[in-house]
Amino acid sequence: MADTATLLGYVEKLKAENPEWVANFAETFGEVTIFVPREAISGVCAVLKAAHGFDMLADLCGADRGPEEDPRFEVNYHLLGTGHHQRLRLKVLLSEDDPHVETVSNVWKTADWHERETFDMFGVIFDNHPDLRRILLPSDFDGHALRKDYPLRGYEPYSLS
Amino acid sequence: MGLENTLWESLPDVVTVKLDAVINWARKSSIWPATFGLACCAIEMMNTVSSRHDLSRFGAETFRASPRQADVMIVSGRVSRKMAPVLRRIYDQMPEPKWVISMGACATSGGVFDNYAIVQGVDKIVPVDIYIPGCPPRPEMLVHAIMMLQDKIMKESVKDRYDTFEEESRKSIVPGTLPVTEGTALEKETEIEVAQNKVSRPYTIPSRHERRKSS
Repeated sequence: MADTATLLGYVEKLKAENPEWVANFAETFGEVTIFVPREAISGVCAVLKAAHGFDMLADLCGADRGPEEDPRFEVNYHLLGTGHHQRLRLKVLLSEDDPHVETVSNVWKTADWHERETFDMFGVIFDNHPDLRRILLPSDFDGHALRKDYPLRGYEPYSLS
Repeated sequence: MGLENTLWESLPDVVTVKLDAVINWARKSSIWPATFGLACCAIEMMNTVSSRHDLSRFGAETFRASPRQADVMIVSGRVSRKMAPVLRRIYDQMPEPKWVISMGACATSGGVFDNYAIVQGVDKIVPVDIYIPGCPPRPEMLVHAIMMLQDKIMKESVKDRYDTFEEESRKSIVPGTLPVTEGTALEKETEIEVAQNKVSRPYTIPSRHERRKSS
C-alpha cells in the first residue's frame, strides 16, 4: 500500500506545534485523516500551508452524519501539496446546535466558493467569510438540501408533480 | 412550361383566400427559434441544425440570440428552479406570435430528476405547444416536432394572437402554469437592502436596464 510514514510525520509535526490541534487521527487505505477541533482549524491550515507546503485545497465539503448522531456535521478539508505530492485530510466535527467554524478562505482563496456550497447544502456557517450566501440553489430557497432529513423531492410546488 | 401557362391563364385576375391561411402559411414557413439550450438536449438541437438533419429546410433558418426576434422557444434541457424565472422572462420578452417546444424528458416532465432542484416540467412556467419525449430525442424527432408545430400553426386564427406588453405578459395567469417571476417579497427586501449597501446583489435581481418599460 502507499507509504503513510510521511503523512504520519505531519501529524507529529502538528502535535509538536500544539498538542490540542490533533484531537484524533485515522490511517486507512494509505490515507491519513486528522480530526481537528473546530477552534483550531484556522491555525492548523495556516501552518500546513506556510510551513509544510500544502499549497492546494483540493476540496472542502461537508457531510451530514444523520440527525441522530451527535456531532452531526463534518467538514472535510482535502489538502494537496503540489511540491511534495502528499495528500492529507482534515475533518472538523460540528454539532447541530452550533454549526459554526472559522473560514479558511484567507489561507486558500478557493475555499470561498466551496464554503458557500457547504453552507448552501448543509447550513454550516463559516465565521468571517467574505460573502456567505447560497451559490447553487436559488437565493430564496428554504432549507438546506443535502441534509439527511430534507426530502428528495423538496417542498415547493415546482418540484412536486 | 405548358402546364404553367394553362394554369396561369385559367386563373381569374383576383383570387380570394382566407387571411388566416396566408398569414399562417407565412408564419409557419419561417419559424425562427430562440436559443434556449440548457443541457444535453441542446447538443441534439445543435445536431438538428447541422448539415445532416438541416432544420433550416423547414424554415428555422437562424437561431436568434435575442428573444425579441424569435418565434419559437425550444426549451431543450432540464430547467432548474434557479433558472425558472429567467426562462419566464425570456418567454415574456418574445413578441407574439410565439410558441414553445419542450424538448426532451427533462423539459417535459422533469425527466430522471425528480428532486428539489429541477422544475418538473417546463409547462409549469410557460405554456407549451409541442412536447418531445426522449433523453435526448433524436434530431429527427425535433424535426418532426417542428413539422407538427407547423401543422398546428396552420390551424390557428390570427384573431387569437395579439401582442401584449411585457409587464402584462409577465403578470398574466396562463391556465395550468404557475406564476413564477419577480415581484416576490424576497426581491423587494433585497432591493431595499442593496440600496442601503448591506448586501451585494444576488443573481435573481434584474439589472437596471432590464427593468425599463418595453415598447
